[in-house]
Amino acid sequence: MTEQRKLRLLVGKVGLDGHDRGAKIIARAFRDAGFEVIYTGLHQTPEMVVETAIQEDVDAVSLSILSGAHNYLFPRVLELLREKDASDIVVFGGGIIPDEDIPGLKQAGVLEVFTPGTSTDQVIRWVRENVRPRPL
Amino acid sequence: MSDGNARRGGGPPTTRSRTRAEWERGTLERALRRAPERGAEFTTVSSLEIDRLYTAEDLGPDWDSADRLGFPGEYPYTRGIHPTMYRGRLWTMRQFAGFGSAEDTNRRFKYLLEHGQTGLSVAFDLPTLMGRDSDDALARGEVGKEGVAVDTLADMETLFEGIPLDRVSTSMTINAPAAVIFCMYLAVAEKQGVPFEKLTGTLQNDILKEYIAQKEWIYPPRPSMRIITDLMSFCARSVPKWNTISISGYHIREAGSTAVQELAFTIADGIGYVRAGIDAGLDVDAFAPRLSFFWNSHNDFFEEICKMRAARRMWARIMRERFGAKDPRSWTCRFHTQTAGFSLTAQQPYNNVVRVAIQALAAVLGGTQSLHTNSLDETLALPSEEAVTIALRTQQIIAEESGVANTIDPLGGSYFVEALTDRMEREAMDYIERIDRQGGIVASIETGFPQKEIADAAYRYQRQVDDGAKTVVGVNRYGMAERSRPETLKVGPEVEEAQLRRLEEIKARRDASRLEASLAAMRRGAEGDENLLPLMLDAVREYATVQEISQALVPVFGTYQEVSVI
Repeated sequence: MTEQRKLRLLVGKVGLDGHDRGAKIIARAFRDAGFEVIYTGLHQTPEMVVETAIQEDVDAVSLSILSGAHNYLFPRVLELLREKDASDIVVFGGGIIPDEDIPGLKQAGVLEVFTPGTSTDQVIRWVRENVRPRPL
Repeated sequence: MSDGNARRGGGPPTTRSRTRAEWERGTLERALRRAPERGAEFTTVSSLEIDRLYTAEDLGPDWDSADRLGFPGEYPYTRGIHPTMYRGRLWTMRQFAGFGSAEDTNRRFKYLLEHGQTGLSVAFDLPTLMGRDSDDALARGEVGKEGVAVDTLADMETLFEGIPLDRVSTSMTINAPAAVIFCMYLAVAEKQGVPFEKLTGTLQNDILKEYIAQKEWIYPPRPSMRIITDLMSFCARSVPKWNTISISGYHIREAGSTAVQELAFTIADGIGYVRAGIDAGLDVDAFAPRLSFFWNSHNDFFEEICKMRAARRMWARIMRERFGAKDPRSWTCRFHTQTAGFSLTAQQPYNNVVRVAIQALAAVLGGTQSLHTNSLDETLALPSEEAVTIALRTQQIIAEESGVANTIDPLGGSYFVEALTDRMEREAMDYIERIDRQGGIVASIETGFPQKEIADAAYRYQRQVDDGAKTVVGVNRYGMAERSRPETLKVGPEVEEAQLRRLEEIKARRDASRLEASLAAMRRGAEGDENLLPLMLDAVREYATVQEISQALVPVFGTYQEVSVI
């Protein structure tokens, strides 16, 4: 019988957007909730994020995007994960994302999109319910 | 009289002079026994504890209004930088705008000018802010999204088409590549036949707060400071009415700092620029009068007003006493204010109109020189024209209906306002002394000190919102099912495609050898200590792109990679 290991989450800032308040808060909240957290730092390309996600064997990738480029960046990350046979890594995220863009993102494979006003507790609860450790 | 001095002249007991302690032991204690207060402590949005009541006792026996306040237009400027303040001239109503292509933004500028706005303010898109062209790989999906895309002089020509640059004052929110964009503005002026001496406006050009908060950089801090001192020196000689740096607390606050941290780190940045200018051999009074500030106006009404009053007094004292500036214009903390984007909620977005009105009123009572009021829909997307108009009308109502502009610093002398102003100044000066001990702001940034303080404050505040200790109306209290969202502005992918075509055309038209020569000359200038501005202006005239100019200096200056701490 194996004890379930801790969830490993990558918190990423993709694109040129430097607004890292939300990313840093959620990274710290995940850590305080007992998850293992890898924070990419700023100005990552989708390629860099996917590379790190695979190297670090994360269970989920959480992206924070406030620049308006979400319709390009989320699908690109998902596409690269598929190319690397890592589409079992859950992708979710948050930021300033208009309601009408959310269905399209979910259709592209983003499991959940959190918009401004969401509490860190809500996100943590969602992670506990929706992200499972990947078999390594 | 038997009652001694407590009942002078035999008047009724209700008018006798009493101490605060007597009131607390008597009237107050009885009231508290009947009904306790709403909470054990009352704090500002930044978690400063606020007392129940402020009296002359809070100011202390040594509090001297001549020393702390002075008069408007006189040292230490606590009550305002102008002798007549808004009775002479109202603040400049300056709405930040920029989206999509240069043509779109040019149309929005003309719309705002026709509707009574008195100054232009340019928002650039993220690639431009990072010194990257629209065709760079990292720019994908971001072109024209959060502001206007500017790659070459051609875009700036379009942006200001039909707007005579000697008749408007233009504020440009650009930092890492500020010198390049400024040269493009100068080149547009040249083409319009407007002499540089007539240009008025402001460049944000505050790279230190980028490392602290906004995170848009190209080079490491020290070479960035050299470009800034070159620009200050160039403007002192050739563009004397231009405000060279808008030392910005705004982004520090948006990144999650407290009001005191905003005040402290921003003034510390100001000290950093003045020190750099002096170290580069400039006379302090030759450049300091062109430095201005940019504050955030958040929800906590009095905290914001006191922050702005404290800032004026701190800057005046630092400039006169620490740097020995003699020109009173070097002592004055002139500032722009923007209402707090972070305070707006996506839930029940029309409530944002009320928040913005309160924040704008605080900025006016704080004595701002110009003001941007946020649009109600800014947490959803870029503002629509209707939302921008409401934001501008908010300022006009404060200016022309509320009566608050009739007198100068109407809150001056309030026990609470003066006590809080003093306290914020004291706490901010404590931070500044810590930063001085670390070797100044550049060294402090390199150790990550301000970044860590801000991240801690941001996390603390989020926990307070999550556990309900701080209320956000419509979010963690008074929520309801949402009906409709306001109409917002969309920037589609066609903007990026059009900009890429345009850039390709411009690149094809250029004289390659002249372009190369101008970039090489700039690089040689960077290796030595020649002023870079005239060299950049030459490259701009050859339609060199923002990225070509920025990257030409990387071999000399290097690039910056942040060490992220969470």
